[in-house]
Amino acid sequence: MHSAMAEERRPKQCTVVVPTESMKAMAESIGVGQLQEESCVALSDEVSYRIKEIAQDALKFMHHGKRRKLTTSDIDNALKLKNVEPLYGFQSQDFIPFRFASGGGRELHFYEEKEVDLSDIINTPLPRVPLDVSLKAHWLSIDGVQPAIPENPPPAPKEQQKAESTEPLKVVKPGQEEDGIQNKTQGATSAESKGKDKGLRLKPRSTHELSVEQQLYYKEITEACVGSCEAKRAEALQSIATDPGLYQMLPRFSTFISEGVRVNVVQNNLALLIYLMRMVKALMDNPTLYLEKYLHELIPAVVTCIVSKQLCLRPDVDNHWALRDFAARLMAQSCKTFSTTTNNIQSRITKTFTKSWLDEKTQWTTRYGCIAGLSELGADVIKTLILPRLTIEGARIRAVMDGPVVSNIDKIGADHVQSLLLKHCASVIAKTRNPPDNVEQYRLDYGYLGPMLCSHVVKARTQAALQAQQVNRTTLTITQPRPTLTVSQSSLGGSGGPRTPSIIKVPSSLTLMSPRPGTPTQPSPPATKYIVMATSSGASSTQQVITLSSSQSGGTSTVQSATSGLQPLVKLESGGGPGLTASRPMQKYIVVSLPSSASLDGKGSGLTAISSSTAQLEAGMKLERSDSPGASTH
Amino acid sequence: QFILKMAAVQSGQSETEEEKEIQPETSNDGSRTDGRPPAGSPGVPAPSPGAVKPSAPGEEETLRAVLRFLQKNNLSESVEILRREAGLPDEPEDQTGSESSGTGSGGQEAGGGVGDAGSLLSRVSAAPTPAAATVAAPPPPPSKVGAGDDRPDVNVVLSAYSQQGDPVLYDVYYSGLKKFIESVLDCHRAELSQVFYPLFVHMYLELVYNNHEAESKAFFEKFSGDQECYYADDLRILSSLSKKEHMRGNETLLDFRTSKFVLRISRDSYQLLKRHLQERQNNQIWTIIQEHLYIDIFDGMPRSKSQIDAMSGSLAGEAKRDSNKAKVFYGLLKEPEIEVPLDDEDEEVENEEGKPKKKKPKKDSLGNKSKKQDPNAPQQNRIPLPELKDSDKLDKIMNLKEATKRVRLGRDTLPSICFYSFLNAYQGLTAVDFTDDSSLIAGGYADSTVRVWSVTPKKLRRVKSAADLSLIDKESDDVLERIMDEKTASESKILHGHSGPVYGISFSPDRNYLLSCSEDGTVRLWSLQTFTCLVGYKGHNYPVWDTQFSPYGYYFISGGHDRVARLWATDHYQPLRMFAGHLADITCTRFHPNSNYVATGSSDRTIRLWDVLTGNCVRILTGHKGPIHAIAFSPNGKFMASGATDGRVLLWDIGHGIMIGDLKGHTDAIYTLKFSRDGEILASGSMDNTVRLWDAFKAFDELETDDFTATTGHIHLPENSQELLLGTYLTKATPVIHLHFTRRNLLLAAGAYNP
Repeated sequence: MHSAMAEERRPKQCTVVVPTESMKAMAESIGVGQLQEESCVALSDEVSYRIKEIAQDALKFMHHGKRRKLTTSDIDNALKLKNVEPLYGFQSQDFIPFRFASGGGRELHFYEEKEVDLSDIINTPLPRVPLDVSLKAHWLSIDGVQPAIPENPPPAPKEQQKAESTEPLKVVKPGQEEDGIQNKTQGATSAESKGKDKGLRLKPRSTHELSVEQQLYYKEITEACVGSCEAKRAEALQSIATDPGLYQMLPRFSTFISEGVRVNVVQNNLALLIYLMRMVKALMDNPTLYLEKYLHELIPAVVTCIVSKQLCLRPDVDNHWALRDFAARLMAQSCKTFSTTTNNIQSRITKTFTKSWLDEKTQWTTRYGCIAGLSELGADVIKTLILPRLTIEGARIRAVMDGPVVSNIDKIGADHVQSLLLKHCASVIAKTRNPPDNVEQYRLDYGYLGPMLCSHVVKARTQAALQAQQVNRTTLTITQPRPTLTVSQSSLGGSGGPRTPSIIKVPSSLTLMSPRPGTPTQPSPPATKYIVMATSSGASSTQQVITLSSSQSGGTSTVQSATSGLQPLVKLESGGGPGLTASRPMQKYIVVSLPSSASLDGKGSGLTAISSSTAQLEAGMKLERSDSPGASTH
Repeated sequence: QFILKMAAVQSGQSETEEEKEIQPETSNDGSRTDGRPPAGSPGVPAPSPGAVKPSAPGEEETLRAVLRFLQKNNLSESVEILRREAGLPDEPEDQTGSESSGTGSGGQEAGGGVGDAGSLLSRVSAAPTPAAATVAAPPPPPSKVGAGDDRPDVNVVLSAYSQQGDPVLYDVYYSGLKKFIESVLDCHRAELSQVFYPLFVHMYLELVYNNHEAESKAFFEKFSGDQECYYADDLRILSSLSKKEHMRGNETLLDFRTSKFVLRISRDSYQLLKRHLQERQNNQIWTIIQEHLYIDIFDGMPRSKSQIDAMSGSLAGEAKRDSNKAKVFYGLLKEPEIEVPLDDEDEEVENEEGKPKKKKPKKDSLGNKSKKQDPNAPQQNRIPLPELKDSDKLDKIMNLKEATKRVRLGRDTLPSICFYSFLNAYQGLTAVDFTDDSSLIAGGYADSTVRVWSVTPKKLRRVKSAADLSLIDKESDDVLERIMDEKTASESKILHGHSGPVYGISFSPDRNYLLSCSEDGTVRLWSLQTFTCLVGYKGHNYPVWDTQFSPYGYYFISGGHDRVARLWATDHYQPLRMFAGHLADITCTRFHPNSNYVATGSSDRTIRLWDVLTGNCVRILTGHKGPIHAIAFSPNGKFMASGATDGRVLLWDIGHGIMIGDLKGHTDAIYTLKFSRDGEILASGSMDNTVRLWDAFKAFDELETDDFTATTGHIHLPENSQELLLGTYLTKATPVIHLHFTRRNLLLAAGAYNP
């Protein structure tokens, strides 16, 4: 029976018949030994017919249930319709609960039924009570125009933004209007466009007229972003990162950022540069924006913040390194998201970084930026570009460290470059180089940095081992969601944040999340690690989390299990400067998992507010999802 | 007094077209061997003995029983004689008798309600019980055809396939016909192509019935690809059927056999086909055409491909033209005059704004509407309607008052849409309804519960317990307020009672009751005063898919998997009317605004309009290509819109019984349709997560139904879906399952957020 149902899922429905082998297998399972071939054929015909009949009836129940997915209860109802006892106790956490087995020249699918210890069931804590059904109203349309609010889908979906920017001719030609485009625009613009010439709608869209509200919004947002109030800034950034109706303002934001960077680099205004980079980050986080059109402005700005000689007034005191780190991560993220074979962003950026790094005269600050930018691009880049130069770079550092005192600034720079190299290279070496880690061997291979590298590698290895153990110890499916759940729950209880998002916002911000943050299938260089964590903490659907964790459960690769740990994340965070903690890509997560770091932050009031609100968002999401059949029924 | 004996009604108004409809059937079943003339064409004389009606139902039953006995013993001559002498009209029951075990073989699509009910009954039990004589005392619910108890019927039905030719030749026959049809003139080709599908099915079934498994499979493989794409669902069911044993109990198949596939073909085309088949001695196909198809021949120009496509797609072909000829009183009932209290109330309730100005136009509008009796309206007392209560009058006044503030919608003034999302419903939301004044929302869930929400600040309160009620001063002015238990005030209330998913839900117009129907086969009536279940109406033994209150309350309609729609009154535990005739599940049921008619949509892809008074089917509307899940009447009662899983909205002119529009745009099943209060805008909501607005005014305004179209039923649909589409509003991830226009023409939509 079970394998029969698996068969049913095949697309070619007309001719599918349950194989006779299944009949034999089923007969054996109920103790009928030698079934005649003919009876098998007859049985399989009959069974396939009946199953199809039931499936057809079950479809009726699906349609009337206003669903797109057939559920087991539909099958039960269909059986009831035929006066057949429904299947009892057939529930499963997996999508398709069948296991495959073969042997003795036979293949079959079976349903794994493990023996369950009753005490296990009794002792497991009760699953969370699902949230009660609630009703929430919003405006789908006001006088025929759909308002751009989070409850509604973005007015211009990303595909359309893309179509407009990549195929401008198609839209501009009045005679060639495609039905699809017309359909899309009709909803949004129906009211204004009625009666007017159709050509009017197709004016060049580079000169977007902003409505008064939009102008006000733009003014407010930009002021808040670069203003002095951290709470306001957090809110503004949140708005940029989630609001679905921003695409019309995108050109202005882009110009604002690039001009801002240009001016403030000259004036060495570190704080403003940080704020601007956080805006870039927020824009990139907004899943409804098609940023590709504005990369020519954004990327130079970001690169400037990575490699500029001087970013602050007092390079010896101010923590401009954190800005470089942050911008480098932004750069890596945009490479990952936007790099294509036509624009070649990643290779061009790599070339730029390498070129100035190789230059003898490059200052330590720029040098640091280049290395940071390169190493954020992933393990492969580190392996091919940075590791071979470790010896040379080490020699240069030693020249500064051990040599005559040149200037304090140089010394600090060299120091930072050294720790940066150690941090990034150690993890890569730990994976690529086989133990044992011999100090002398390291010195031989990597020169001055060798011994230090060696100790870092050893440390990295033990840590990885530790985490692998942790992962093995706990059963897997639950480890990932659980901690986030409890944490978010507590923050839900105590949250008195100024921004209490309505519940509908929760799913909206979640479902529309772009696949930009690294999916679990991608190779996991250090940079990916954080993005994955951010994903699981609050930015996308739980399903992703579940797949992530389950892939780790099944997967034997140590690489993946190493990435799942929290420790490197936390460590790195605490190493960061106090002014920057909030702007890290995985900011939400950090605050949630390490509440103390927020209180350490000097001006962290706004930060905690937003973090608690994000936690709350997350809580809403989790709670809501936690009742979904997959999550709760264990 | 409303519970009338169906038979009495029937004999009272024996309309001529009923006989006409029945007649061809008889000639078919009674004398199958003689090459009968093409049945059903207007030219065919109907030598109906129907003029002689049995005086009393009881006598008729006796005669029938004798007939059946004679038939059982193969005394065919005596049967003939008795039938002639008794003057028994050849009703479906007779035919079923002639098939020797009483199956409703041919009577399904007959227009008459009696015929339907009769065949229905005979399906249940071969021997008529006294109860079966009238529908007022309904028999045990008609069992599904597939159930085991009527196996003998099935055999008889199937035995029609026993005559067979050489299985190898089927292929040749079919390809021969195909070749012929492909070679005829263009104008005939489209018409004759209609023959393909029913022929294909019957030939396939014959092959299967006679155990030619390999041949049937080959035949299916070879020709199934040629069939129109909208038959794909049926073909899939057919394909799974490869053994004779499977045929019994297969509903689709029985539908095909028991109801003749109806084709409309022009006389020229038909002659062409006939000549070809006779020349070629292609008896196999000719027999099938004669026995299993009903060819409705008309004179005049053959129809075009698009005309045919627009009307085809139903399980049993198109409707016969005759079946849509009955007069339908689609006009609205006269509104009761309640002007005097109107003024008083107006001043009392609404004491802020300038009343004098407002009152005048109100009176006028009211007067205009009610003074003139619409010529198309049914008589005011055609069906008895409940008396207006004081509270109803108050509500009417409120309604009128709101109506003056109503936004006049149109192309340039689209309505605002307020969307009610059900959160955390976990895919369980199966039905939604709003009260007419938009103050309450009810949701039916897959977990068998019904929840009622108040969307106004006024909370839902329960009436106090009996003990507490006795303490209340009954003379006080605010007694209605005092009986409510303040402690129970809450925004929502849950109603427990069903034992299966709740598929349909409907508020009574006075907001005191709520109906819900469920998979468990019951319809339940809930009180919104006590929030308890008052009645469980049992009758449908299978899932009930939809239910709705009459616009005047008291009556309600339900329909479900058992293919029978039932009309109930809230104070009767048994149905008043049973509307049988659909060939598959009834998926949605709607009352006409004047409460004299109900429309039912079905999985057989037809819509039927039933007369509540007589129980007759007065319209059969074909054209949908999928199960119909939404029906809406225009506020003036003249038009109807229907939506199906095929994603199309079809517009119908009820008076003429023809399709007048085809709105394409949705990409998934349409679950709800609603006209704005003035009928200017049609809103549709679908599984594709959109609400779409259509220009109903334009669609109906440009309509000119000439006499030719009206008489022939040949339609010319304008291709203007895109022009009529006024707006598309996408939700994030919420299928739209209910729409409602408030009295001020604000559109409310509802659905479960389903990320």
